[in-house]
Amino acid sequence: MKNKALKKTIQHVLMITFALIMIYPLVWMVSSSLKESSSVFVDAHSLIPKEFHFDNYVAGWKGFGGITFGTFFWNSTIISVLATVGSIISSTVIAYGFARIKFAGKKIWFVSMMLTMMLPFEMVMIPQYIMFNTFGWLDTYLPLILPTFFGIPFFIFLIMQFIKTIPKELDEAAKIDGCNNFQIFYRIIVPLVVPAMMTSAIFSFYWRWDDFMGPLIYLSTPEKYPVSLALKLFSDPNSVTNWGAMFAMSTLSILPIFIIFFFFQRYIVDGISSSGLKG
Amino acid sequence: MLPEKEVKQTVPLESSQSKDKGKKPVRMFQPQKKKPKVKSDNQNFTGYMFISPFLIGLFALTLFPILYSLYLSFTDYDLMGTPNWIGMDNYVRMFTNDPTFWTSMKVTFFYAGVAVPFRLVFALLVALALNKIVEMAGLYRTLLYLPSVVGGSIAIAIMWRQLFGNEGAINSILAGLGLPTHPWLGDPDTAIWTLIILYGWQFGSSMLIFLAGLRNIPKTYYEASSVDGASPLRQFFIITLPLLTPVILFNTIMQVIQGFMAFTPSFVVTNGGPVNSTLLYVLYMYERAFEYFDMGYASAMAWVMLIIIAIFTALIFKSSEHWVHYEGDSK
Repeated sequence: MKNKALKKTIQHVLMITFALIMIYPLVWMVSSSLKESSSVFVDAHSLIPKEFHFDNYVAGWKGFGGITFGTFFWNSTIISVLATVGSIISSTVIAYGFARIKFAGKKIWFVSMMLTMMLPFEMVMIPQYIMFNTFGWLDTYLPLILPTFFGIPFFIFLIMQFIKTIPKELDEAAKIDGCNNFQIFYRIIVPLVVPAMMTSAIFSFYWRWDDFMGPLIYLSTPEKYPVSLALKLFSDPNSVTNWGAMFAMSTLSILPIFIIFFFFQRYIVDGISSSGLKG
Repeated sequence: MLPEKEVKQTVPLESSQSKDKGKKPVRMFQPQKKKPKVKSDNQNFTGYMFISPFLIGLFALTLFPILYSLYLSFTDYDLMGTPNWIGMDNYVRMFTNDPTFWTSMKVTFFYAGVAVPFRLVFALLVALALNKIVEMAGLYRTLLYLPSVVGGSIAIAIMWRQLFGNEGAINSILAGLGLPTHPWLGDPDTAIWTLIILYGWQFGSSMLIFLAGLRNIPKTYYEASSVDGASPLRQFFIITLPLLTPVILFNTIMQVIQGFMAFTPSFVVTNGGPVNSTLLYVLYMYERAFEYFDMGYASAMAWVMLIIIAIFTALIFKSSEHWVHYEGDSK
């Protein structure tokens, strides 16, 4: 018995040590954001600031070129929310089509969707850029938001898997009651797939919030920058002097992600576990 | 209705398509409909209505761009004038006259070749450890998943740059331990390793997928083999690993693609340097396209990478016949 308890204790000690090492960089970032700017790299490894300098956040919030981080956060929010709404609505509609309706050629389109899922964005980045350039969409949010309205294969797949767990009898009963496909979709399917839609929405928000490549190539006016791009400029190693402020804004930029993670963890873990979604 | 469907379906495939195909005869059991064709046309229309957003996106945002990019790769398009057809020039230049291309290729293969297995093995080991622990497993899982949750953001790349900077925390720790410090990001031999560690550190998603796979293995298998006197190590190799192979296959393919496509870390942490030692392929492609506006050349680069990824994916799939074990498959 004693041996077992000892073994358990050792297991937990090892696990806690390992977990702490893994989150050390994150804690270090937060603690550096509270250190006095000139002392960030004195005893750089320490996690407890000598004094808590919340003024780093005030200094950082001022941003650069007269544009505050308030603008950048607002821009990120607009892009992320609109793109998420677009991808969830379209992906749910498409998923229902694939999961429940029999139609000619479905197999081919489904396979194309799975292939699209594996095709990295970087491969179509250049032609898409040229395309949006000819539309005169450069330096607008359209190239960042509009494509999401045509469905995101990962979410389509995730929601499809979920729809398949809903008993078909429900659809059939509704059909007997005189519902057509559209009514079945929004009266029966949509309310039942809310969890899968939530998971997709969380991931969509994460990806859009973190998206860097898109804003980098499409946006040129600093007033339109989202947080990710602004932070890159703000942290340019050649110009940064206020390290504390840089860490403060870095910390702030991942705060929305943290908050969503802590409130909706279950959806994220379920989503990844069931579909193998990348995070 | 359902039993008929199952009788009709003789091929025990799992995919949705086969199920739907199997269902077609169901219509025969609806005696009031004499002309099932009418209904099926109707369903065709409805089906295409529902997937129409996907179809528009597929043609406008994927297929057309891909083919357009193939065309551009045979031109000298620079975004200003009109594209001039120059045949294979871009490809010839790439393979024979651009050492930077080869550098970026080498860097990317090294990066993906080390970082991907590193992350996968790490994720698997942690998942195995977590699977054994009952108490506080949820807490550990959350903590270990955290780096992946925030990993994609620029803030993390910036933090990483400072962490490994000359005056960063890593050197500070080494100095505190009385070990020599090192210019991690300034040394061409070590800079790529900081990116590899960054990639490995974000093992959380793969870990969760492995964990879900492990939970799906029936406990009875282990009980039965314990009765037969199999050691835990042997159990791992004869039960755990084989039953996990489908999950490993999925993880490997997704991670290989992700590894080849990495951009943000090298752009932010090292900006390709020092002396191009961290110039990942996509970063070089980005520079060609958006700094030199060499759209034709960059498109050719995109196509070369697309072919490489396609070959790798095909090879992994092909090899999976030999090492992936689907349950009920070999019995």
